[in-house]
Amino acid sequence: MTNSFVVPRVPSVDAVAVEERAARFKTRSIKKDAKIKGLKLAASMIDLTTLEGMDTPGKVQMLCQKARSPLAGSDCPQVAAVCVYPTMVPIAKRELQGTAIKVASVATYFPSGQASLKERTDEVRRAVEAGADEIDMVISRGDFLAGHYHKIDEEIRAIRQACGPAHLKVILETGELQTYDNVRLASQIAIDAGAHFIKTSTGKVSPGATMPVTLVMLETIRDHFIKTGKMVGMKPAGGIREAKQALHYLAMVKETLGDAWLSPDWFRFGASSLLNSVLMQLEKQRTGRYHSDRYLSLS
Amino acid sequence: MAPSNSPRLRVLKTFKLYIGGAFPRTESGRFLQEHNPKGQLVANFCRASRKDLRNSVVAARKAQAGWAGRTPFNRAQILYRMAEVLESRRESFEHALTERAGIKGAAAQAQVNAAIDRLVWYAGWADKFIQIMGTTNPVASPHFNITSPEPTGVVTAFAPRNAPLLGLITAIAPIIVSGNALVLVVENDHPSIAIDLAEVLHCSDLPGGVVNILTGQRDELIEHAAKHMDIDAIAAFDATDDERRLIAVEAAESVKRTHFFETPAADNWADVSAQSPYHILPFVEFKTAWHPIESSAATSAKY
Repeated sequence: MTNSFVVPRVPSVDAVAVEERAARFKTRSIKKDAKIKGLKLAASMIDLTTLEGMDTPGKVQMLCQKARSPLAGSDCPQVAAVCVYPTMVPIAKRELQGTAIKVASVATYFPSGQASLKERTDEVRRAVEAGADEIDMVISRGDFLAGHYHKIDEEIRAIRQACGPAHLKVILETGELQTYDNVRLASQIAIDAGAHFIKTSTGKVSPGATMPVTLVMLETIRDHFIKTGKMVGMKPAGGIREAKQALHYLAMVKETLGDAWLSPDWFRFGASSLLNSVLMQLEKQRTGRYHSDRYLSLS
Repeated sequence: MAPSNSPRLRVLKTFKLYIGGAFPRTESGRFLQEHNPKGQLVANFCRASRKDLRNSVVAARKAQAGWAGRTPFNRAQILYRMAEVLESRRESFEHALTERAGIKGAAAQAQVNAAIDRLVWYAGWADKFIQIMGTTNPVASPHFNITSPEPTGVVTAFAPRNAPLLGLITAIAPIIVSGNALVLVVENDHPSIAIDLAEVLHCSDLPGGVVNILTGQRDELIEHAAKHMDIDAIAAFDATDDERRLIAVEAAESVKRTHFFETPAADNWADVSAQSPYHILPFVEFKTAWHPIESSAATSAKY
């Protein structure tokens, strides 16, 4: 397999143009009904996430409760998925039984990814066996930066196989890839190797998702779709906290990929505090009062 | 070439807002003009919008826990520091009071004096009001029962309309001394002096966001402030009956504390009656703790 791997040819990225284009999406002003629809759509795309060393079963249960019913009495939709460490998968699975909410798990020695391929695939299998519907894997940035692209291709393929029926999201950790060109190349390698989703960040490295980086990845998805007709999903993660930011991202998705991607099947936000911000905005639209997150549960 | 006898145009300062330790322009881009008693234009100032109010509340909420978490002694130091900085800039304030508000010589001096003294006076209360207003309560069980005043949280105050400097100090000091964060809405004849004061606060070690100052029209902001779910208390000077009713009704939704100050006549602001530890009271919550104790000699219970 190693020998047959050819590094994909990707166009180089015009950094200035990407940043300018990304900045323009922030100038859209979305009001009233469109805003409410946008906020609800954003809520339905959230992978409600807790990835802390101090996670407890109780915290995961609480998060699942919030995923099922974001705010009592409001018509905010349920989120797309709950994203946890592999050990917490059985708990999340139990709590989310009977709902359409998926359980996502970060396997492959998240967030560093520094382990042998065997250990990483084993962890993926264990997570899937425990009930994970979606696996978020991290690529080996060290190998990527050293130019061993075939190893990246190999590991993604191996993990995709280990996933079985579960969906695979490939985390590029763009904050460590250093250039837009690297992001573009890594996205293409991940897509070619069979990623269902490509994802910006673990959330453990700063910067997490930024709009220019997300735009580069969206354009890779677009070009791939034009060439092959195959859709790939996108998940920015890390640092998206405000409802307004989420609306900017949705504008970017709509104008780069089109309406087909404006669905939790093809676009996700990896976030925890975003949901409360969306709820506060929805409550503001409903009651006409600026809301306070003191009335909302933690997330 | 410009004719040599062309008059120089004065550059009028446009006073900005004070939000979260920064001096932003109003998000709305609107401004108002300030005139002195002779009717001459003396300054432009920002007309704060609903969004500015919201931003201030966010900044205040962010700053409040840290401010309340400081030791009372440290809050005293910072209030005292505000007095020091005001003292060092007294001439500039006397000048501003004269030029912009038409308060002349001795009266301007007296107002600055009183403002400085009042800050020092409230600084002294920072680590004392808890002792005076807290209690230990006799209870019929083996517990120490202690009641202690704690800051309420984020307070929005509508500043008095007269006494441009002293009135503001009288509004600010008792609210922040206990550890509250403040959004002060200033509508009076000389709002620019409030922003001068913000510059004093800014270089007095007061953490950004503890005091936020919005100039503008209170009509425009009062309803939004009363409705805002993240404000814990509202104080208003010079509130009309309609304003009181509006605040009371809208504040009920989030169970805000409301307090209406009786405004002294302009001449009486400097009077000691305008300052009182009881002005700290409306902006604290009393918390009671039950602490179990061993039965003492006074109880004859046998186990």
